[in-house]
Amino acid sequence: MATVAEPMLAHKHEPEENYLTCSSGFLSWAMTLDHKRIGVMYLFAVTASMLLGGVFALLVRIELLTPDKTLMDHNTYNHMFTLHGAVMVFLFIIPSIPAALGNFILPVMLGAKDVAFPRLNLASFYLWVAGAIFFLMAIAMGSLDTGWTFYTPYSSSVISGSQAGGIVAAVFGAFILGFSSIFTGLNFIVTVHTLRPPGMTWFRMPLFLWALYATSVIQLLATPVLGITLLLLILERTLGIGVFDPALGGDPVLFQHFFWFYSHPAVYIMILPAMGIISELIATFSRRHIFGYRFIAYSSIAIALLGFLVWGHHMFTSGQSPLATVIFSALTFTVSIPSAIKVFNWLATMYKGSISLATPMLYAQSFIFLFTIGGLTGLFLGTLAVDIHLHDTYFVVAHFHYVMMGGTLIAFLGGMYYWWPKITGKMYNELWGAIGCLMVFVGFNLTFFPQFMLGSQGMPRRYYTYLPHFQGYHVISTIGALVLGTGIGVALATLLWSLWTGRKAPANPWGGVTLEWTCSSPPPLANFEKTPTVGDPYDMEQVKWDAKTESWIPRPVSERTGNSASH
Amino acid sequence: MSTATADLAGGHAADGHGAHGHSADGHGADPHGHAHHPFHAHHFDSLEQQFDSGKLGTWLFLVTEILFFSGLFVAYVIYRTTHPEIFEWGHVHLNKYLGAINTAVLIFSSLTMAWAVRAAQLGQKKLLVTMLWITFACAGAFLVVKYFEYSHKFHLGLLPAGMFNPVMAEPVAGHDATGHGDAHAAGGHATGHAADSHDVIHGPPPPPGAGIFFSIYYAMTGLHAIHILGGMALIAWLAVRASKGHFGPTYFGPVDYVGLYWHLVDLIWIYLFPLLYLIH
Repeated sequence: MATVAEPMLAHKHEPEENYLTCSSGFLSWAMTLDHKRIGVMYLFAVTASMLLGGVFALLVRIELLTPDKTLMDHNTYNHMFTLHGAVMVFLFIIPSIPAALGNFILPVMLGAKDVAFPRLNLASFYLWVAGAIFFLMAIAMGSLDTGWTFYTPYSSSVISGSQAGGIVAAVFGAFILGFSSIFTGLNFIVTVHTLRPPGMTWFRMPLFLWALYATSVIQLLATPVLGITLLLLILERTLGIGVFDPALGGDPVLFQHFFWFYSHPAVYIMILPAMGIISELIATFSRRHIFGYRFIAYSSIAIALLGFLVWGHHMFTSGQSPLATVIFSALTFTVSIPSAIKVFNWLATMYKGSISLATPMLYAQSFIFLFTIGGLTGLFLGTLAVDIHLHDTYFVVAHFHYVMMGGTLIAFLGGMYYWWPKITGKMYNELWGAIGCLMVFVGFNLTFFPQFMLGSQGMPRRYYTYLPHFQGYHVISTIGALVLGTGIGVALATLLWSLWTGRKAPANPWGGVTLEWTCSSPPPLANFEKTPTVGDPYDMEQVKWDAKTESWIPRPVSERTGNSASH
Repeated sequence: MSTATADLAGGHAADGHGAHGHSADGHGADPHGHAHHPFHAHHFDSLEQQFDSGKLGTWLFLVTEILFFSGLFVAYVIYRTTHPEIFEWGHVHLNKYLGAINTAVLIFSSLTMAWAVRAAQLGQKKLLVTMLWITFACAGAFLVVKYFEYSHKFHLGLLPAGMFNPVMAEPVAGHDATGHGDAHAAGGHATGHAADSHDVIHGPPPPPGAGIFFSIYYAMTGLHAIHILGGMALIAWLAVRASKGHFGPTYFGPVDYVGLYWHLVDLIWIYLFPLLYLIH
């Protein structure tokens, strides 16, 4: 019956051309200034990076199946876990949601025609590509085994010979990627400030935009410090400036301070946009106005600001002064307050909601479950006495994977499923979407929950070998990783498959009331034919299900009760 | 931040309106009601919105620049606190007269840059082009002076820590053994080696780690010099566009943005000069 309705829809509401069909050829993509095409290019690029990082992860897990050599020698193993971390952090997680989904969605959600600086946006993408090429060079030189954190003095003076080239290439790659991230953040902040259409006040902005805004503030303020740190590390290696190298009178712990001054806020660059996606998914699929809108909005800003004050909790055992350690521990606990505010508001939104378990919502539910575990185990690590025992063990590995992967990657997949009809104009298969999500959820917990056990029993992270009695947990973890890898494969294949077999997507398949659902799927080149009218982004009364066209359509004002507008 | 910036941009636009009654035409609120300015990008409703966006973007970029340099300033503070002796020894070997000349050159270039912005706003094409090239020339003069400073230090072996190998005046070593201070050494030198007085270092021997002072010196001034080079490229680009008559009362954003950048580069030098050259 959908086929009957489609032609009518196409003639009535949709322009002849969308952003995908308005021009073709390699250059129309490579030189495009359209934020949507740049977003799609990022989406391919970061997903490819995720798969590359995932392959490294699987190799690491397979090696750990036995305490002795399973697949590779210890040197190769050191390269593998370093490349896994570096590729996942710098090439995938940091740009994943903001640069890929954010680029596509932010201007449309805001009601703008594009980001403020389209050329800078394209330049950011090519900076990403350049950074990725330097990373590939480091991989080709076969020689990066510092861990993704590049700690001195190992990175600055111990490594020599052919390895030196690899470290300089990777560090320079991360330096370039930093600028890509800075320019994306700058672009988003200016866009939100100056390109809001009439009626789009700050408190009518969807929470995903608040999250992206808070993320951009961190990108802008923290990333330059990483830039100069990496530059100093390159100078240390090439000229021997002695700032970090103890052999020349320098202080290697200073590197850790500089590095974490960026890299801890960067953790919030990774998680805040994910939280923004979850706010959208929970409201849309519960058919309820988001609970505590202002609290969620402000908590994003609070996380962004508090995130700058806690970098020392990575250095409790690095010879930091006891006073600093106590202060950093106390500040670390404060971050849990805005994070918990979000979780409670999501739960309150679902309460008495009319919940539909479409695939994006399944990912949102997974997120809440996994992020809560990840967040609460963070409190164990922020507690000084406990951290002495758990520092540099698998407990830490499990903790940040629950946040970074159980949080960001899950939300990235949820966001991809949610906006896939908008981006591609195709509906995916719900059954396979749900199967993929279930495999990811089960596989993830099988992989990482045993690592909490391993860590609390003293299994150190990054070790090539281990005592025989740890093997049971390692085997479960490796099996989980294979299930998880397969699940991600199923999830991505389901999306790709929809390009050929998927039903044509209506403008609003989910009943979302943010502005991206008012333009056609896929959107036209200029996003909106006329400047959109802006209402409450979570007033679910604005739309109703239309069984004839199998899509959500605007509800006439006369049919609205007006109750749900208040919050 | 939003209010401050909006005020700034708004104030600026108000200036433009005040000075030129006709500029209101170019700033019309109606998105499609007026003829398009050739440099009006399609995704902005008005030239004014375009200007405000550019200005906010520039200020944010300057924030990132300050944070980029901040790592070096923090390294400076830490080493100055923990190793004051290397700063006391090292700064003597920086030429404060050349540093002062460069400071004056940059402050003057800030004046000509600000003048260029005003000329662009008033549509004074010839004055704009002149001021931009004068600014460009000042930047070039700064780098020439810096070149002589650097090469002299390379010659003396005053290099970053890993290559630090100062060429000390021989009498220093000889006379230090007798327990006399630097006054003696300098005196001995004046009589014996006047011919090489510029090729060797006089005074007490460097304390351990003295090279770190020069590491920080080269890192800070080097990064600053790269920013001067970037500024020269931008100013040259503006001068070429200005010659083509691109700028006027309704469209002067790029001149304004580069001007802000140039003032920041000058400001960073104004901090570097006393911190590195004028230590007591």
